[in-house]
Amino acid sequence: MFDIDKWQEILATIRKNKMRTFLTGFSVAWGIFMLMILLGSGNGLSNGVAQNFMRDAINGMWFWSGETSIPYQGLKEGRQIRLDNDDYELIKDLPGIEYTSGRYYLRGNTFSYGSEYGEYTAITCHPELKEVESIEIIAGRFINQLDINETRKSVVLGKDIYDALFKKADAIGEYVRINNIPFKVVGVCKEGGGTRHRNAYVPVSTGQKVFNGGNRLHSFALTINATTIEGSNAIEEEIRELLGRNHKFEASDRSALGSYNKVEDFLEFLKIFTAIDIFIWIIGIGTLIAGVVGVSNIMLIVVKERTKEIGIRKAIGASPGSVISLVLLESVLITTIAGYIGLVLGAGLMEGINFIVEQQYAASAATNSGNGETLFRNPTVDINIAIAATTLLIVAGAIAGYIPAKRAARIKPIEALRDE
Amino acid sequence: MIRINNIHKSYVTGSNSLHVLKGIDLEIEQGEFVSIMGSSGSGKSTLLNILGILDNYDEGSYYLDGALVKDMSEKKAAKLRNELIGFVFQSFNLISFKNAMENVALPLYYQGVSRKKRNKIALQYLDKMGLLEWAEHMPNELSGGQKQRVAIARSLISKPKIIFADEPTGALDTSTSYEVMEILKEINAEGITIILVTHEHDIAAMTDKIIRLNDGVIAEIIKNGDLKEWQNQFSKELQTA
Repeated sequence: MFDIDKWQEILATIRKNKMRTFLTGFSVAWGIFMLMILLGSGNGLSNGVAQNFMRDAINGMWFWSGETSIPYQGLKEGRQIRLDNDDYELIKDLPGIEYTSGRYYLRGNTFSYGSEYGEYTAITCHPELKEVESIEIIAGRFINQLDINETRKSVVLGKDIYDALFKKADAIGEYVRINNIPFKVVGVCKEGGGTRHRNAYVPVSTGQKVFNGGNRLHSFALTINATTIEGSNAIEEEIRELLGRNHKFEASDRSALGSYNKVEDFLEFLKIFTAIDIFIWIIGIGTLIAGVVGVSNIMLIVVKERTKEIGIRKAIGASPGSVISLVLLESVLITTIAGYIGLVLGAGLMEGINFIVEQQYAASAATNSGNGETLFRNPTVDINIAIAATTLLIVAGAIAGYIPAKRAARIKPIEALRDE
Repeated sequence: MIRINNIHKSYVTGSNSLHVLKGIDLEIEQGEFVSIMGSSGSGKSTLLNILGILDNYDEGSYYLDGALVKDMSEKKAAKLRNELIGFVFQSFNLISFKNAMENVALPLYYQGVSRKKRNKIALQYLDKMGLLEWAEHMPNELSGGQKQRVAIARSLISKPKIIFADEPTGALDTSTSYEVMEILKEINAEGITIILVTHEHDIAAMTDKIIRLNDGVIAEIIKNGDLKEWQNQFSKELQTA
C-alpha cells in the first residue's frame, strides 16, 4: 500500500501547484481553527461560571432558624425558632439526604497559641460538613464521629489561622486556646473552591457543651441526591414542613426558617450551559459544513483543472484506480496537514488566552481578599472532539474529491484531451 | 498487427446521432508506416482513437496483436495502451508542471519502474531526440518542435509496437514538420508500426501506405507503385508551389 514512488509523485504535484494546495489547506485549517476557538470559548465560559458555583457542593442545601413572621395555630408572630439535635437526627435519616451537618454558632472567638492570637470564626459541625462544603484537608484529619461522641476538644484550623498562629511550625497535636479554652489541633484545612481559609471547625457536641449551647443548633447544611429541580424542591418542602410541625410555624414562613437550595440554582444554570453548548455546536457545525463545502468546491475545481492531465496520464497507461488514488491521496494529505495546523493554531490561541485569563484571575484574587472573580476559565477543547472534527473534514474532502475523480477517471482520454 | 472488420461508430449528442464510421475494414501489418487521410469530418481521428483504444466502437471487431479489443475494462485498456501503444498528439499533451525528463519518464511510472531508473532511461531517449540539455526544462520553455520531440520520446520509452500520431505536424511549421517526420521514419525503420492521421498531402506522401477516408468509409488505399506516382505528383506540386 505504501508506495514511496506514488507519494513522490503526489508531493511533486503539490509542489508545482502551490496556489491550489494553499486554497484547499486554508479552508480546512480555517474551519478547524474557528471550531477550536468556538468550542474553547464555550468551555471557558462554562468552566468559569461552574467554578464560581463549585465553592460548595453543587447539591448543597442550607436551613437556618429565625423569627416567625406569620401567626400559626393561635401563636403570635415574632417567636424565635430554636432548632436542636433532635431535628438533626430527624433530617439525617430522611430519604434523599446524603450528608447532614448541624451548626451551632459561637461568637467572638479569640484564637491564641503562645504569644500569637487573632479573631477568627469557630464553626461547630458534624463530620459530614466536610462533604457539604467541599472542605479540603491539607494536614491531619477532619472532625470525626468519635470527636462528637466523646465531646472532645478537637479543632481543625483553616489554613489562614494556621499560618497566623503557627508560622509554618507543626500544629498537629498542639493546643490552641479558643476563648481561653484549650483545643487540640487535629487538622489543617482549606475551604473548597475558595481562597480564604479563616474558619476553624470544632465538634458540634463540644461546642454546645463548652459554650453553653445545650442541644441548640442554629443551622443545617446538607447535601441531597436529587438530580432535578422538582426533586430538590420536594426535599426542601419536606424538611420545611417537618420542622414547621415540630416547632409550630407555617412551612412557607421564610423568616422562621430560612433556606437556600443550591441544586435549584445550579440546575437553572445548567440549562443556560446547555443552551450555550447547543448554540456553540450549531455555529460549530455550521463552520464545519462551510469547511466541507469549501473543500468540496476546491476538489471539484481541482479535478476539472486536472481533466486534461488525467487524460494524458490515461493515454499513456494510467489505470482509473491510479488516477483516483492520485487525486484522493493528494487531497487527504493536504487536508490532514492543514487540519493539524488549524488544530495546533487554535489550541495555541486558546492556551494563550488561558494564560492571560489566569493572570487576571490571580490579580483579581489578590485584590479581592482571595476571591478571584472571573466568568472565563480554562478555555480548552476536548482533543477528541477536535480530532473528530478534523477527521470529518478529511473524510468530507476525500468524498468530495472522490466523486469527480471517479468521473474524471471514467471519461475517455480522448474527451479529456479534446479541449485545448 | 491490426485487423478491423466492419467497424461502426456513432456519436450521440442529445437527440442527434452522428454516424461517423460506416463499416471500416482494414489490415495493417507489423512495421508498416501508414497514414490516414481525409477531409475534416471524414472520421479519421475517430478511427485513430478506436485503434488506439482511446475510444470504443459500436459494431464490428478489432484485433490488436491477435487479441480482440471490445468492451475492454478500463484497467485492461490502460495496460494495453501502456505496453503496446505510444501516442503522439497534435497539441503535444505534455504535463505542464513536469519537466521534459519527467514527462518522458511518466509511462514507466505506470509500469512500476523506480524513479531513478526511469529518469535515466528518459535521459537516453531525450538524448536520441537531441534534447539532452533541455531535460530539466518545463514544457512552456520549449519550442513546438522540441515539445513534439519530447512527446515522441515519451511515446517510445515504453518500447511500444505501434505508435499512433494524431496530426503530429499540425501545429508545426514545414521544416519542423519534416524533422519530426524524419524522426518517425527512423523509428519505423526500427520495426515499430506507425499510424498517423494527417490532412497534409506532403506529410502523407512520406509514408508507405495512404488510407483515404471519405464520409466514414475507406475511399481508397494507395500503396507501393501507386504511391510512388502519388509521391511524384505531390513533390511536383510542392516544387511548383
